[in-house]
Amino acid sequence: MLRDQDRIFTNLYGLHDWRLKGAQARGDWSGTKDILAKGREWIIEEVKTSGLRGRGGAGFPTGLKWSFMPKEIGSRPHYLVVNADEGEPGTCKDRDIMRYDPHKLVEGCLLAGFAMGAHAAYIYIRGEFIREAENLQVAIDEATAAGLIGKNACGSGWDFDVFLHRGGGAYVCGEETALIQSLEGKKGQPRLKPPFPAGVGLYGAPTTVNNVESIAVAPTILRRGGAWFAGLGRPKNSGTKVFCISGHVERPCNVEEEMGIPLKELIEKHAGGVRGGWNNLLAVIPGGSSVPVLTKDICDTVLMDFDSLRDVRSGLGTAAVIVMDKSTDIVAGIARLAKFYKHESCGQCTPCREGTGWMWRIMERLVTGNASIEEIDMLEEVTRQVEGHTICALGDAAAWPIQGLIRSFRPELERRINEARAKARAA
Amino acid sequence: MSSTDDTFQPASFAFTAESLAKAKATIAKYPAGRQKSAVMPLLDIAQRQEGWVSMAAMNVVAEMLDMAPIRVYEVATFYTMFNLKPVGKYHLQVCTNLPCMLRGSEEIVAACKTELGVGLGETTADGLFTLSEVECLGACVNAPVIWIGDDYYEDLDLQSTKTIIQALKRGETPKAGSQTGRQGSAPAGGPTTLTTVGGDA
Repeated sequence: MLRDQDRIFTNLYGLHDWRLKGAQARGDWSGTKDILAKGREWIIEEVKTSGLRGRGGAGFPTGLKWSFMPKEIGSRPHYLVVNADEGEPGTCKDRDIMRYDPHKLVEGCLLAGFAMGAHAAYIYIRGEFIREAENLQVAIDEATAAGLIGKNACGSGWDFDVFLHRGGGAYVCGEETALIQSLEGKKGQPRLKPPFPAGVGLYGAPTTVNNVESIAVAPTILRRGGAWFAGLGRPKNSGTKVFCISGHVERPCNVEEEMGIPLKELIEKHAGGVRGGWNNLLAVIPGGSSVPVLTKDICDTVLMDFDSLRDVRSGLGTAAVIVMDKSTDIVAGIARLAKFYKHESCGQCTPCREGTGWMWRIMERLVTGNASIEEIDMLEEVTRQVEGHTICALGDAAAWPIQGLIRSFRPELERRINEARAKARAA
Repeated sequence: MSSTDDTFQPASFAFTAESLAKAKATIAKYPAGRQKSAVMPLLDIAQRQEGWVSMAAMNVVAEMLDMAPIRVYEVATFYTMFNLKPVGKYHLQVCTNLPCMLRGSEEIVAACKTELGVGLGETTADGLFTLSEVECLGACVNAPVIWIGDDYYEDLDLQSTKTIIQALKRGETPKAGSQTGRQGSAPAGGPTTLTTVGGDA
């Protein structure tokens, strides 16, 4: 188990003072000026060394992403945009960072922003997080008043401002190009890439969009060294991660653990185990609603990191672990997710706008078995028509949970159909 | 706005002095010429003032930001947080997404319906309560969750849901956050980590 000394989010539960004084007592904002003095290149190299992969779901190497920003600042300013539009069902980690450890995020904005040549960061926080936005704004104001950000931030000679922008309740704004559109005052509809935001982003200027957790871990990585972070977890899956364990466990919780921790250990050690014991486990969605569901036999041994979960045809996503015991109606559960994606589709691409509706309607019929066996294959075919045929990943995200259900629980789908038919015949 | 009945739309809208000051401070956050970025925050300020966003309010926002009114309507209708018709003083938004569903959100919805005597999307006759279903609120380890005003009410069960609604009916402000008294997202009974560091300040 990860030692407390290696945990980054030491106020994850809000047991201590989250304001500047408390944050400084826990080590935040210490030696920030010295880190800045080492220069842009050094910061980016150190983050590359750490092996940090984006914590928003896709797992793209963070240091590499930062290096895509133009080396020279041209006529257009550079921007850092922080994606705090947390809304992937199952995920509630950024919420804790922003309400209880907000200075880690603000300091991370300065360090990351400086490394990419930006003088401003916009944090796009989901509109529903009103209290979290209040705390974060207090942290920004405190840091500004203390000279840690603003003109000549930390006495480094670098000017840097952090602005908070509240969203309006659209899941699709978690997609980076939709988020940028929304920040510009438009509907949150994704646009095609390329051009990538590092070339043409916010206001047409070079922009990097990072998840809250990716930015908030950066100061600690830079203080303790990339090698320290890389020494935790497994190769290419390094460091620590905040896991969200929800659903049918005895004690649902968030916890920061080492990457690569076995799923079973994670659930049993921190969440009090599966309700009714491990053998009462039906399935786990290991990385938020968008990733395919895992059956118990896989859950017995799988490790919680990007590559291990990819190898079992699922994904780490946001590390939001949704646990379902044997009392769960798994078909109804996935149908609920299908309804969510239908609701959140921005309507721009036909395969997603129409496909999410099709998928949800077939799923609703499968819940009661009011379908034919062939329709299972038809549904699978519809998911293939949506997947990979849309501008953004929302279409993929809508397709994968259903593909996972068909792959892992096809006998259950067939059983319902046969039972409903037998009942109809008897009547 | 799809409804042809627009009798509930007021003839005009004006920001109060306080709202206007907030709106101006918000516009200043964005680079010169990029004032359109403030459209969502301004709609939010209007909604906080009136409880909902009327056509008149959208038109005022459009004028303030030098936007075509249609662009503001597009934004207001795209984002679910903007109420395009009046809602109750207390807007109960119950999350029913999978993590909440696994922890009994169907029961919570049923309890709200019984306690308020209205269905989803409806407002009580006295205009005090509106009940809605909402997508994932991002507090999944504290499920089930209801969002009311500026706060989340978490770790709900039938009894605590009823208690909250009854308190609101009496005009009280029930304590937000976990209704079982646990600290944030820590496991019930106390954290399994962070027991040796953290440090009080």
